[in-house]
Amino acid sequence: MTDENKPITDADLPEPVVQRPRINASLVWLVPILAALVGLSLVIHAWIQAGPTISISFQSAEGLDPGKTPVKYKNVVIGRVTAVRLSEDRSRVVAKVALEKSAEGFATADTRFWVVRPRIGLGGVSGIDTLLSGAFIGADVGESQEPKDNFTGLEAPPTVTHGAPGKTYELHADDLGSLDIGSPIYYRRIQVGRVSSYHLDSDGKSVSVQIFVDAPNDQFVTKSTRFWNASGVDVSLGADGLKVNTQSLATVLAGGVAFQDPPGPHDATPADENAAYTLFNDRGTAMAPPDGEPHYIRMRFDQSMRGLAVDAPVEFLGVPFGRVVSVNLDFDEKTQAFSTVVGAVVYPARLGKAHDKLVALAKSRGDDERMSQMMGRLVEHGLRAQARTGNLLTGQLYIAMDFLPKAPKVAFDGTAKPLEIPTAPGSFDKLQEQLADIVGKVQKIPFDSIGKNLDQSLAELNRTLKQVNTDVLPEMKSTLQGAQQTLGSANNALSPDSPLQQNLGGTLQELQRAARSLRVLTDYLGDHPDALLRGRRADAKPVEQAPPVSTPPASQPPQGSKP
Amino acid sequence: MNPLPRAGELGLIGCHVCGLVCRDIKVPDAACPRCGSALHRRKAASYTRTWALLLAAFFFYIPANVLPIMRTVSVGDVDDNTILSGIIELWVKGSPDLAIIVFTASIVVPVLKFFALGLLLISSQRGSQWAQRQRGRLYRLVEFIGYWSMLDVFVVALLTALVQFGFFSQVEPLPGVVFFGLTVVITMVASMTFDPRLIWDGRDFDD
Repeated sequence: MTDENKPITDADLPEPVVQRPRINASLVWLVPILAALVGLSLVIHAWIQAGPTISISFQSAEGLDPGKTPVKYKNVVIGRVTAVRLSEDRSRVVAKVALEKSAEGFATADTRFWVVRPRIGLGGVSGIDTLLSGAFIGADVGESQEPKDNFTGLEAPPTVTHGAPGKTYELHADDLGSLDIGSPIYYRRIQVGRVSSYHLDSDGKSVSVQIFVDAPNDQFVTKSTRFWNASGVDVSLGADGLKVNTQSLATVLAGGVAFQDPPGPHDATPADENAAYTLFNDRGTAMAPPDGEPHYIRMRFDQSMRGLAVDAPVEFLGVPFGRVVSVNLDFDEKTQAFSTVVGAVVYPARLGKAHDKLVALAKSRGDDERMSQMMGRLVEHGLRAQARTGNLLTGQLYIAMDFLPKAPKVAFDGTAKPLEIPTAPGSFDKLQEQLADIVGKVQKIPFDSIGKNLDQSLAELNRTLKQVNTDVLPEMKSTLQGAQQTLGSANNALSPDSPLQQNLGGTLQELQRAARSLRVLTDYLGDHPDALLRGRRADAKPVEQAPPVSTPPASQPPQGSKP
Repeated sequence: MNPLPRAGELGLIGCHVCGLVCRDIKVPDAACPRCGSALHRRKAASYTRTWALLLAAFFFYIPANVLPIMRTVSVGDVDDNTILSGIIELWVKGSPDLAIIVFTASIVVPVLKFFALGLLLISSQRGSQWAQRQRGRLYRLVEFIGYWSMLDVFVVALLTALVQFGFFSQVEPLPGVVFFGLTVVITMVASMTFDPRLIWDGRDFDD
């Protein structure tokens, strides 16, 4: 290139060849347009996918991880927690949740949210999988269409998810007992459901418990089914020994409800959804026939009611009739005496057929079928309430209503409210009175003076005895000796060879003879009475031999003996 | 400005591929008579293409950062990470050095590239004569570091292939990494379409 600079310039240099036209350079703009389209499509996709954003408040943010914690329904992710912050009053945490578009229906009024964490309770263990994967928010959607974006999260998973096959029933109880949400429902000791919620009734006087019984076992809940609280241990001591009755160990600890149909004929049509039942305290009361309408009655007792507790039974001729609800003291100004007013609730329907017949009878008489009227009749026939001892050991009393024919007539006010049943002192009270009487009488005996006198007497006796010992006994000894001597001499005198004995024998022989001659004389005088006047006649010699005796018979005997 | 004449002023045109110098006969679709490649004094439509590609890269860079690039499943714990959240996680979990490397490779470099290319394009289009040497050096730097921006993509690809232990540990790529890869590729192409000789061209030589 050094020699010729110029010629190269134009002539020698090759000319470019003409090629087919190349792609228009502006087509390169397709690339950013494509990129923009892709980006735009992503944005649109995200925008379309984005569902509503809701906020759920919880008591604690434990386990909630913004950007990570998913919201799941039936284990399908339907959203994600985007932020967690404190509520304005700092009492709760509010989790912002971005729901997916497809989960729009979850932002409705009756959707429930709760945090699924590992839980260990008496009823079992749940949420174990979240130990590893971290907590998530569970959701359960209801039927409502009303949109809502502020939710209050449940602290525990709901026991019944919406749409689960089965039925919900409502139980009414005086108190909740040891039931809790999730407590099991048993049918023949198989768990068939659980307690889903409970709340106080608006008047605060009872508790309503919602239970859920899973299909297909909900068909066993019939219109006449009885529910009872199966919590704890039911121990009963009866004639057949000690009975311990429980459902399952979990129930003993965590409480539960059992149900069954009553024995005998009953309405076996399956109950409707949300049917209401009474929750009885135990199986026994649950299975008892229905109580019917309760009536409040009042009884006034003049004696002490020690041992009568609230809830003590009221029996009508031995049939459980009601129970005592109050025991109060009253004071009567006129008599200046205290009396006990016992209030009781009785269920006339418990009397069964008797009640039905009484009602029918009252109706046929044209009376009012109200209880007060019937009671009036019964009181006329001697119905009285008595406080009786149910248990001699503890002194527990119960109220017995019995017919006492000898009871004095009382005025009965059938219109009084509440109805007042006349009372009679109980048999035990009478016994007590009599015992007290006896004790009083025994107390009146002057044991003191009796004892004193007795003591004096005994001292006297002692003294006397001493005297006897010292003075009398030696005397007695000598006396006895004298007596012995006397007896000895008497013995001598009476011995067979004593002269006295000899004499006595002789005398007796003489007497015998005298008696014989006296007989001869009487015989002679019988034959010859005139001999008394004329004297003895001369007889033949042999005959005369017998009566030698002369006339005066009285002085004859000692002489009558033959010489 | 420059006392030396330019090829254009002399009516000459050089082939970019084989280096053959031809006469500039001012036909629109000229080709090198020796190797057949297209002949042009400057890279054809360099500004337009670079601008277009830069814009495209920028468009792709947004979803690349917004969308998660990787899903890590370890013992049931599913964790989706975007580029930035991955860096934060690395930093928080006690690997600040790694975090800095990833941050440099995935955030600093692409952003710098956007700025650098943008700067080069604007200054060249305005025919500015400011710091021409430094701008030339900047261009070479942009071309050089372009390859290294693929770090994240490589990391995801490697982890996805290596960590497949089922329930215990698993790594899956997510769409973000595709956009990130596209960004890197397109910026590289953009820097290639830019003709550095434009830096020294005056306003008169606007292609």
